[in-house]
Amino acid sequence: MSDTSLAMTGDAGAPEELRFYVAEEHHPENGTLLGFWLYLMSDCLIFACLFAAYGVLGRSYAGGPTGAEVLELPAVAVNTSLLLLSSITYGFAMLEMQRNRQRGTLIWLAVTGLLGAGFIGLELREFAHLIALGDGPQRSAFLSSFFTLVGTHGLHVTFGIVWLVTLMVQIRKKGLISANKRRLMCLSMFWHFLDVVWIGVFSFVYLMGVLP
Amino acid sequence: MSKSPDLTTLIFGRLTWDAIPLHVPILLWTFIAVMLGAVAVLGALTYFRLWGYLWREWFTSIDHKKIGIMYIVLGLVMLLRGFADAIMMRLQQAISFGHSVGYLPPEHYDQIFTAHGVIMILFVAMPLVTGIMNYVVPLQIGARDVAFPFLNNFSFWMTTAGALLVMMSLFVGEFARTGWLAYPPLSGIAQSPDVGVDYYIWALQIAGVGTLLSGINLLVTIVKMRAPGMRLMKMPMFVWTALCTNVLIVAAFPVLTAVLALLALDRYVGTNFFTTVLGGNAMMYVNLIWIWGHPEVYILILPAFGIFSEVVPTFSRKRLFGYASMVYASVVITVLAYLVWLHHFFTMGSGASVNSFFGITTMIISIPTGAKLFNWLFTMYRGRITFEVPMLWTIAFMVTFTLGGMTGVMLAVPPADFALHNSLFLVAHFHNVIIGGVLFGLFAGINFWFPKAFGFRLDPFWGKCSFWFWVTGFYFAFMPLYVLGMMGVTRRLSHFDDPSLQIWFQIAAFGAVLIALGILCMLIQFYVSFRRREALRDHTGDPWDARTLEWSTSSPPPVYNFAFTPQIHDTDAWWQMKQHNYRRPVDGFLAIHMPKNTGAGIILAGISMVFGFAMIWHMWLLVALSFLALLVVAIGHTFNYERDYYIPADEVTRVEALRTEQLASHV
Repeated sequence: MSDTSLAMTGDAGAPEELRFYVAEEHHPENGTLLGFWLYLMSDCLIFACLFAAYGVLGRSYAGGPTGAEVLELPAVAVNTSLLLLSSITYGFAMLEMQRNRQRGTLIWLAVTGLLGAGFIGLELREFAHLIALGDGPQRSAFLSSFFTLVGTHGLHVTFGIVWLVTLMVQIRKKGLISANKRRLMCLSMFWHFLDVVWIGVFSFVYLMGVLP
Repeated sequence: MSKSPDLTTLIFGRLTWDAIPLHVPILLWTFIAVMLGAVAVLGALTYFRLWGYLWREWFTSIDHKKIGIMYIVLGLVMLLRGFADAIMMRLQQAISFGHSVGYLPPEHYDQIFTAHGVIMILFVAMPLVTGIMNYVVPLQIGARDVAFPFLNNFSFWMTTAGALLVMMSLFVGEFARTGWLAYPPLSGIAQSPDVGVDYYIWALQIAGVGTLLSGINLLVTIVKMRAPGMRLMKMPMFVWTALCTNVLIVAAFPVLTAVLALLALDRYVGTNFFTTVLGGNAMMYVNLIWIWGHPEVYILILPAFGIFSEVVPTFSRKRLFGYASMVYASVVITVLAYLVWLHHFFTMGSGASVNSFFGITTMIISIPTGAKLFNWLFTMYRGRITFEVPMLWTIAFMVTFTLGGMTGVMLAVPPADFALHNSLFLVAHFHNVIIGGVLFGLFAGINFWFPKAFGFRLDPFWGKCSFWFWVTGFYFAFMPLYVLGMMGVTRRLSHFDDPSLQIWFQIAAFGAVLIALGILCMLIQFYVSFRRREALRDHTGDPWDARTLEWSTSSPPPVYNFAFTPQIHDTDAWWQMKQHNYRRPVDGFLAIHMPKNTGAGIILAGISMVFGFAMIWHMWLLVALSFLALLVVAIGHTFNYERDYYIPADEVTRVEALRTEQLASHV
C-alpha cells in the first residue's frame, strides 16, 4: 500500500526532499498509565487462574463442609458494601484532585483507606472463624481454593492500603504535583480493579457457593 | 506445640552443615574450582579498582544498551553451566550400560536433567532474547531509552537473582529432582520433602517478576515511543516479533506465577490443590503450567524469527519479501500459541474430540511458520548474498528448523503421540527446534549486532569454526535420539540394560563433544576479536551496509542514541536515508532529557534473593526481616522524585563532533 507509493516517488527522477529528523526536542508520550493498565491485565490473569482453580476444585469437599455450610451471606453483604463504597469515595478523591484541592483529596483518601481496612477486618474475622472451626485451607481442596482466591484479593487490598497511606504522605510533602497525580490515577485503577474482581468473587464464590 | 521455638531453628531454619555436599567428590571439586575462580575474579576486580566503575557504569545503569549487554553476559555464563549439565548427562548415558552404572548416582542425575532444562530455558534463552530485544528495540524505533528505565534495571537484577539461587542450589542443599516443570504429586511435599523444589519455586518466582516487568516495559516502549512517522506497518520486522513476544510474556507469565504460588501453598501451608488426597487435582497443575509453558516456547522463537528477518535482507541486499504476510504470520502464531497447550499431554486422556482439537490447532501453526520460511527464501532469491557469519547461522536454521518442525507435526498427531510421548524422540524434537531455531537465531543476532554494541566486528574465522562445530555437533547429538525414540527409549533414564542401544548414545556423546568445541571456539572468538579490535574496528556505524535505524548511529551509539529524533518514511528507514544521500546534522543540538542511574534495582533484587533463600530454608526470622526491608526500600525509592537530568547541548555537540571527525577520517 504505502510501500508502492514510496517506490513510485523513488522512481520519479530526482529523489524528493524528505526530512529525516525532528529538529526540535521530541517528547514521547508518557506511558505510565498504559504500563500500569498492562500490569493490571497481568494481575487479572493471576486471578483468572485462581478462579479456574476454584472452578475445578470448588465442589471437592473431601467429606468436609460445603459452601452452603460455611459461607455467611449477611457478613459478606456488609463486606461487599464497604468495598463498593470505598470505590465511590476514591472517585470523590479523584474529583477533588482534578480541582487541585489537596485537603479534600486527602480526606476522601483517608475515608477510602478506612473502608478498605474495614473490609480486611471483616474478611480476617471470617477466616479466623473458619480456622477455629477446623475448616482451614488444609481441610479440603474446596477450602484451599476458597482461602487462596479470597485471600489473594485481600492481600491486594492490604497492599492497596499501604500504597494509599504512602501516597497520602507524599501528597502532604510534595502537594498535588503531576507525578503525584499520575500515581493517584494508577492507584485509582488498582482500587477499582480490585472492586471488579471482588464482584466476581462475590457472585462466583459466595452467591453460587451457597447453592446446594 | 510440643517443641518450644528454639533460636537456632528460628535463625537457620533447616539449614545445617549436612546441606553442604562435602561428601560428594564431584560437587566438592566443582565447588573448590568455582570458589577459586570467584576469588580470582573478585581479586582482579579489586586489584584493578574496577568496583566503582562497574557499580557506576553498569550495575546501576538504566541505559537500555548496557542492560541489554548485561542480560547477554548472564545468558552466556549460564549457557556454560547448562551445557556442563548436558555433557555430564551425555557421558553418563554413553557409559551406563549393563553392569556399569556410570559415574552419576540417580538422585544426582535427576537434579542434573532438571537443572539443565530450567537453566537452558529460563536463564539462557530468556536472558539472551530479552537482552537482544533490550539492546535493539529502542534503537530500531528511534527512541532514547525504554519507557521505564528503572524497571528495566530492576528486571535484569531480578532475573540474575533467580539465576544465582539456582547456582546456589549446587553447593547449598540440592536442586529439584522432578524434571523442569516439577509436576506434582512428585513435586509435592510428600514426595519431595527437601529443599530442591523450593529452590525451583523461588528461583522461578523471582526471575518471573523480572521477566513480566520487562515484558510490560518493552510493550509500552514499542506502543508509545516510536519515532514520528513509524506507523505499526512501518516497524522493522524484529520490532514486530518483539511486540508479539512481549504480548505473550505479559499474557503467559502471570499463569506461571499463579501455578507456582499454588504449588508453594501446597508445600508450605498444606493446602490441597495438587495433592492426591482431600480433593486435590494434579492434572490441573499440568494444564496450568503448560498454559504458560507453550507460549513460553513462542516467546523464545518469535524474536529469533525477527533476527532472521533482519539478517536475511541485509545479507541478500534486498528488501524483506512479503513484509505484511510476515507481520500477519507473527500475529497468528501469537494467537495460536494459546490454543495448543494440551498437545503436551495428549496421554492425559481428555478424549478424542479434545485431543483432535488440540492436534489440529498444533498442525495449523506450521502454516504461518512455513509462510515465514518461504518469505526468507524469496528474499534470498536473486539477492546478492554474502555468507557472513550471521547469514551462515540463518541458513543452518532454515534447514534444521524445518526438520524439527516436521517432527513436531508428527508429534501433533495424537495417536502417534501416544507412541512417542515421553520418549527420546520428543527430546530430539524440542532440542531440534530450540537449538536449531532459538539458539542459532541468537548466535546470528550476537554476530550481527556485536559491532553495533562494541564498535568492532567479531572475528569471522573463529565464528565459522564455532558455527561448523555447533551445526555438525547438533546433528551428531540429536539425530541418534530420534532413532532411539522411535525404538521406544524413554527420556530421563540414567541406566540402560540393552547393550544394542549403546552405540547411539555414544554417537550422541560425540556430538556433545563437538558442541563443546563449538562453544570453545565462540569463547576464543570473543577473545581474539578483542585482541584484534583495531583491525576489526567499525568506524562507519554501519559495517554490514544494513537497513534499519540502529545502523544510522555510531558504534557503539552515544548514551542518548539519537541527537535528533529520526523521522520515519519507510520500513527500511536507514536504507531509505542512504538512498536519499542523508546528511547527518552537525550543529543546532539541544539539551537532551535522560533518566538518572539508580542503585535501587540491584538492592531490591538482592533483598528479594535473600528473601527467597530464607523461604527455601524456612529461616522465618530472616524471612520477616527481608520482607520488611523489601517494603522499606521499595517505598523509600518512591520518595525519590529527582529521577532525570539533562545532557547539556555542549556535551551533545562535543560527542557529535567526535563522530563527524571519525566519519571524515575513514571515508
